[in-house]
Amino acid sequence: MKVLTPTVLTYLKVVILVATVPAIVGFVIVLAERRFMGFMQGRLGPNRVGPKGTLQGLADLLKLVTKEDITPAKAEKAVHFLSPVLAVIPALTALAVIPFGPPIKIGRVSTPLWVADINIGLLFILAITSIGVYGIILGGWSSNNKYSLLGGLRSAAQLVSYEVPMGLALVSVLLMTRSLSMVEIVQRQQATHLWFVFPGLLAFFLYFVSGVAETNRNPFDLPEAESELVSGFNTEYSGVKFAFFFLGEYTGMIIISCVAVTVFFGGWLPPFPNVPALDFLSIVPPFAWFLLKVGFFIFCYIWFRTTFPRYRFDQLMALGWKWMIPISLANILIVALAILWTPGRTDGLVRLSWIFGGLFVLLFLLAKLRQKLARRDRLAAEPTSAQTVRG
Amino acid sequence: MTDERISQAEREEAASFAERAKAAAAAAGSAAAGRAAGEPPTLFDVQEMELNFGPQHPSTHGVLRIVLRVDGEKILEAKPDIGYLHRGTEKLFETETYPMGIPHTDRMDYVAAATNNHAFCLTIEKLLGVEIPRRAQLIRVMLDELQRLSSHLVWLGTSGLDLGAVTPFWYAFREREQILDFFEEYCGARLTLNCMRIGGLPFDLTPGWTARLLEFVDDLPSRIDDYEQLLTDNRIWKKRTVGIGVISAEECIEYGLTGPILRGSGVEWDLRRAQPYECYEELDFAIPTRQNGDTYDRYIVRVQEMRQSVRILRQCLDRLEEGEIRGKVPRVIKPPAQEVYASIESPKGELGFYCVSNGSNRPYRMHCRPPSFINLQALPRLAKGHLISDLVALIGTIDIVLGEVDR
Repeated sequence: MKVLTPTVLTYLKVVILVATVPAIVGFVIVLAERRFMGFMQGRLGPNRVGPKGTLQGLADLLKLVTKEDITPAKAEKAVHFLSPVLAVIPALTALAVIPFGPPIKIGRVSTPLWVADINIGLLFILAITSIGVYGIILGGWSSNNKYSLLGGLRSAAQLVSYEVPMGLALVSVLLMTRSLSMVEIVQRQQATHLWFVFPGLLAFFLYFVSGVAETNRNPFDLPEAESELVSGFNTEYSGVKFAFFFLGEYTGMIIISCVAVTVFFGGWLPPFPNVPALDFLSIVPPFAWFLLKVGFFIFCYIWFRTTFPRYRFDQLMALGWKWMIPISLANILIVALAILWTPGRTDGLVRLSWIFGGLFVLLFLLAKLRQKLARRDRLAAEPTSAQTVRG
Repeated sequence: MTDERISQAEREEAASFAERAKAAAAAAGSAAAGRAAGEPPTLFDVQEMELNFGPQHPSTHGVLRIVLRVDGEKILEAKPDIGYLHRGTEKLFETETYPMGIPHTDRMDYVAAATNNHAFCLTIEKLLGVEIPRRAQLIRVMLDELQRLSSHLVWLGTSGLDLGAVTPFWYAFREREQILDFFEEYCGARLTLNCMRIGGLPFDLTPGWTARLLEFVDDLPSRIDDYEQLLTDNRIWKKRTVGIGVISAEECIEYGLTGPILRGSGVEWDLRRAQPYECYEELDFAIPTRQNGDTYDRYIVRVQEMRQSVRILRQCLDRLEEGEIRGKVPRVIKPPAQEVYASIESPKGELGFYCVSNGSNRPYRMHCRPPSFINLQALPRLAKGHLISDLVALIGTIDIVLGEVDR
């Protein structure tokens, strides 16, 4: 009798995914965020609950669960109740098509490390995650609070307009993969010996910046801008409902990072899988490689948060529509031309990688130089001695 | 007859005003009625909303309430509503003897208590005509400049925080803690210092204070570099501050704005130079000014002022020598009946006290010219037409302390 049929295994994986992701959010990411931020800001961060503060997540969870659940008197009650759910469910659903690793063997049973490999995987993620927007918009609207309404409106405009460059950035990768299946995207990177981040450097930047905007994180955290809108759309939420919004946001971060890793950074593959000198890297299991890469992007999120001030709403929209969308359209053209350069082979993409890499290094150096010069000018312009004395 | 005519003119003016108001109301009403009659609002209609900004709001830096009329996020009108922290300080001065007034000044601008003490004491000293010993003067200047640094650090941190830059806040407060440690060592208090007396100072410096201060002063410029690296050339920071809340030098003067706001608009006016008090005359320092009068320029001016304060502190440490710390002041302070006004350059602008004495040991009337209160006047003018996000930046750039606004 066989107990672990593929169907049972799929259910099992769903349960594990739904159970572990919130735990990872609560215990690992939140703690890591607070400790890293503390480290970057010259302070300690939470270090009291449990050894080195590791149980801080549990304490936060307990606090949120035991808090009184308040619904404002004049709120649209049903919608107010539903919107946190709307924020979480799509985010968790999108995890289903993320390939965390190649098939593994447990005893005699072999199973892949993904819940479903559907042939429209990437499209499915884009479609499902955009439902999460409704959670925020409706949450802001139903609270019957002007600040929440403004937050909801901001997120409506922001999320809708940043989905466009994000989709366009992914289109340029699709030209290389010729498949929407997340698993096939990784396999294709293995087959071409090329992480798509190299020919898709520009696409990756566009994707990740839009991704940060999609998840309402700094410097694009306008819908909740605590110093302007006092938490914006979630002002009127407390307890578990607030925790749901929180969970939705952080799961969104995980998804953006997972997609970035899968599409651009070779998923579970170790770096440069075709270079024999780097064979020792395959000692690390593929699953760990995946987590490591995702962890790096989550770290980037935290890093951004400590570094950047917040954009203003109109500037954010201008950035999206006037810069990101035209650039991503141009990028599609460039990648398509590179593919047509050497039809049937990847040489064109390799050449494009070198061009992008060179340009990137050049721009980086120029930016550094400009910063240095600006600083020198500033210090030179600073008044150094007493000027005219007036009576 | 003349009375009659004036009242007639007044009545006419009032009538015309009422008429205009009525016409405006009728226009608004007809617009609303037009819509109610079945016409849906068009896309470009102004749909006003009244938004209460504060008194409990993280960016109002205290209990400031601003009533906003907004169209979407655009500000049509901003009306500051103050008085939530009113404690009747000016009246309290009248009920207590002169020296008893000093602690009350601590509570006005509570992030810059030393300069408040200084302005108050300076006024009474002018009334009495006492000479301050040189050592006391130098220590006063040092306390002032430390206070200016700490006030500017609080401003830098919080106004950065308002625009979403979290990290400069922690860096600035780390250095401010060190400054507060110096205050604590000197007078025992960190915030409400009560660190000056009429005619001089209450205490002499503790041993080792100057050496530690020199160490701190040597370290500080590199710390200021750190803040600047995070903000000054940051694209987003520039986008949020350049061209926001522009005010010309003429308008600044009309509004009576002083301090970094005035200097950010290109007027080289600093009371430390314009009417020197204590020993500022012999100290070598520059008055940073910028030309554009926007939020970014005010930021640059304040950061440069911090560097100048470091220079002043160094010079004071060089010049410090042993000596008296209190001038010849009678035990009971009974100044002759007269009126004086004395003012200093506080971190926020011109802080002055106007004292009317009647020969008794209590002031007959004590009026304060608080820079925060007068600078706040410009907020409706600055905010008009900007977005709500900019309002937050503007409150930050004016650098108000509500304790001083409301007194």
